[in-house]
Amino acid sequence: MSRMISSASSLNRRSLLLGTAGLLTAASAFRFPTPAIAQGAPLKVGFMLPYSGTFAKLGKFIDDGFRLYVEQQGGSLGGRRIEFVQVDDESKPETATDNMNRLVGREKVDVVVGTVHSGVAMAMVKVARDTNTMLVIPNAGVNEATGPMCAPNIFRTSFSNWQVCEPMGKVMFDAGHRKVATITWRYAAGQQMVGAFGEGFKKAGGTVVEDLALPFPEVEFQALITRLATLKPDAVFAFFAGGGAVKFVKDYAAAGLNKSIPLYGAGFLTDGTIPAQGESANGLRTTLHYADDLDNAANRKFLADFKARTGADGDIYAVQGYDAGALLNEGLKAVKGDWAARNDVVRAMRTAKIDSPRGPLSFNAAGNPVQNIYLREVRNGRNELVSVAGQAVNDPARGCRVS
Amino acid sequence: MDALTFAVQLLNGLQYGLVLFLVASGLTLVFGILGVINLAHGAFYMLGAYLAWWIAAHTGSFMLALIGGVAISFVLGLLLEEIFVKRMIGRDHLAQVLLSFGLILVIDEVRQILFGKDVHSVAPPAWLKGSIQLTDILSYPVYRIALCVVCLVLAGLIFYMIQRTRLGMIIRAGAENRDMTRALGIPFDKVNRYVFAGGIALAALGGILVSPISTVFPGMGDGMLILSFVVVVLGGIGSVAGAAIGALMIGLTDTFGKVFFPQFSSILIYVLMAGILLWRPNGLMGKGN
Repeated sequence: MSRMISSASSLNRRSLLLGTAGLLTAASAFRFPTPAIAQGAPLKVGFMLPYSGTFAKLGKFIDDGFRLYVEQQGGSLGGRRIEFVQVDDESKPETATDNMNRLVGREKVDVVVGTVHSGVAMAMVKVARDTNTMLVIPNAGVNEATGPMCAPNIFRTSFSNWQVCEPMGKVMFDAGHRKVATITWRYAAGQQMVGAFGEGFKKAGGTVVEDLALPFPEVEFQALITRLATLKPDAVFAFFAGGGAVKFVKDYAAAGLNKSIPLYGAGFLTDGTIPAQGESANGLRTTLHYADDLDNAANRKFLADFKARTGADGDIYAVQGYDAGALLNEGLKAVKGDWAARNDVVRAMRTAKIDSPRGPLSFNAAGNPVQNIYLREVRNGRNELVSVAGQAVNDPARGCRVS
Repeated sequence: MDALTFAVQLLNGLQYGLVLFLVASGLTLVFGILGVINLAHGAFYMLGAYLAWWIAAHTGSFMLALIGGVAISFVLGLLLEEIFVKRMIGRDHLAQVLLSFGLILVIDEVRQILFGKDVHSVAPPAWLKGSIQLTDILSYPVYRIALCVVCLVLAGLIFYMIQRTRLGMIIRAGAENRDMTRALGIPFDKVNRYVFAGGIALAALGGILVSPISTVFPGMGDGMLILSFVVVVLGGIGSVAGAAIGALMIGLTDTFGKVFFPQFSSILIYVLMAGILLWRPNGLMGKGN
């Protein structure tokens, strides 16, 4: 008896589902009587960003930055309305391919914007190449994305690991340092950053006396700090990020080394970490494609608008999202919103000249930004501009075969 | 390497080992006496550090953070034992692992809601802020030396408690034979509760004491949990003395490994563990070797 009832109810449910599906199909058919090429249909932008986990704040700022740019243009770019879809990539490389396929396959987005984590970004690059989907990377700095894995449909509005560190070589040589030791985590980003610094430093005429590394993401630095004290180099170049950056800078200062061996680093050593580093970060010099007090009209407007929209102070991550919007705008403007002319969109984006909050921004053949790299110093609890370490720095895009 | 540098590295290794001991001692007690595998041990270490940061930020006092953080963790341990853990005693390890893994997720989420996920630092008490000049350019923070002393004192207290007090006798008896202890009318179940809460409090205390020289960040307990398990297995499950020896060995191996064999520093402690387990399968001080 109970069996009959249950089978009857499941039949009901099935027919109900079928009916609903039919209704939905009918409704959607009525809503879009014309094919999607029409100018009126919005362009679908898919954000694949970390909305949870360690990088959640970065993902949110990139998202906010992009939306801010679109809002400033009145909700459309090049006359084409923009519609958003979001996917939380959780910074997990193992689910990255599925997430990307979902955006491209099921959601049928026209452009994907993402992401922060380099491992996730590499999976996205692979799918973007296979499906010829337009991808704009708003943070991940892994060299390969605009190196061996480059493609005409792949752009980056952030930086390459090489780009932010190579100019530091000359800066440190010019400051009088001849023998320098480096320290980082033993993983891809760390090796690329330290490697690029070493390249620049040797080119300027200096010597790297020792490359110290510890397993990622270990934070027990004491043994290596003692090692630095016995090496007595003229200066130290370091790359760490997040909790590791805070602890390293504090340990270095607590050991008294900051008084005799100046510490330099990639910008991430002091970006978003200064409140936790406190006094120990004072005077630390780093290179990055942004400084907190860049004084140009675009940056002033960006910081004011971002504050008005979100109540938070804009940072480099928000700028990278904002510029991803600006880059797409350049492409759509050139074709008056007609996405069918995508080759022209790509061409316009590759040759775009953007007046970014970070300064003048253009792109090389591999789709990586050509931009100024700034030397900053930690003062008054923020990264203040010291000088331009490299004017219009261009990543060599090694291994890229797009021309 | 000259003698002075060697001495400094030795100090680094000992200090790291002592901190490892402090955290691992709680794990080995719970593991050895209750027979419960607590994967959430690292999460309590992290929670302790966040509590310390939060209390210190609101009161300005590290001492209050220390007392408050330990007290809160101890009470939390009592509650968790009453609600969950006592049901796990005597169950197979899979059930315990699932429960404590669930606790990790819950603690992480609660920490996220209460304290957010930013990186923080905690100031040491003012009278421990200085540093001692060791070489012409290298100095050693006084707080790190104080930390060594505190860890040594705590280690002594734990030994005294287990070897010389009535409570310690009950704990040892219970670890030896749970059913016989119960049959003799000793309130062993009540003791279990305090041992579990004490283990949690030790993990939190480790996080609190380390917070001024480390940083407070969400993933800080993960690495510590793995190292604690290495220490417990190396020393012999349930043996506090074994944990002390194991922790010092790990601390020294890690420190000197980073200096002499930088390429292999990440695997050296596991090589050490494998070697010792081949020689003594139940750990250095484990029963039944």
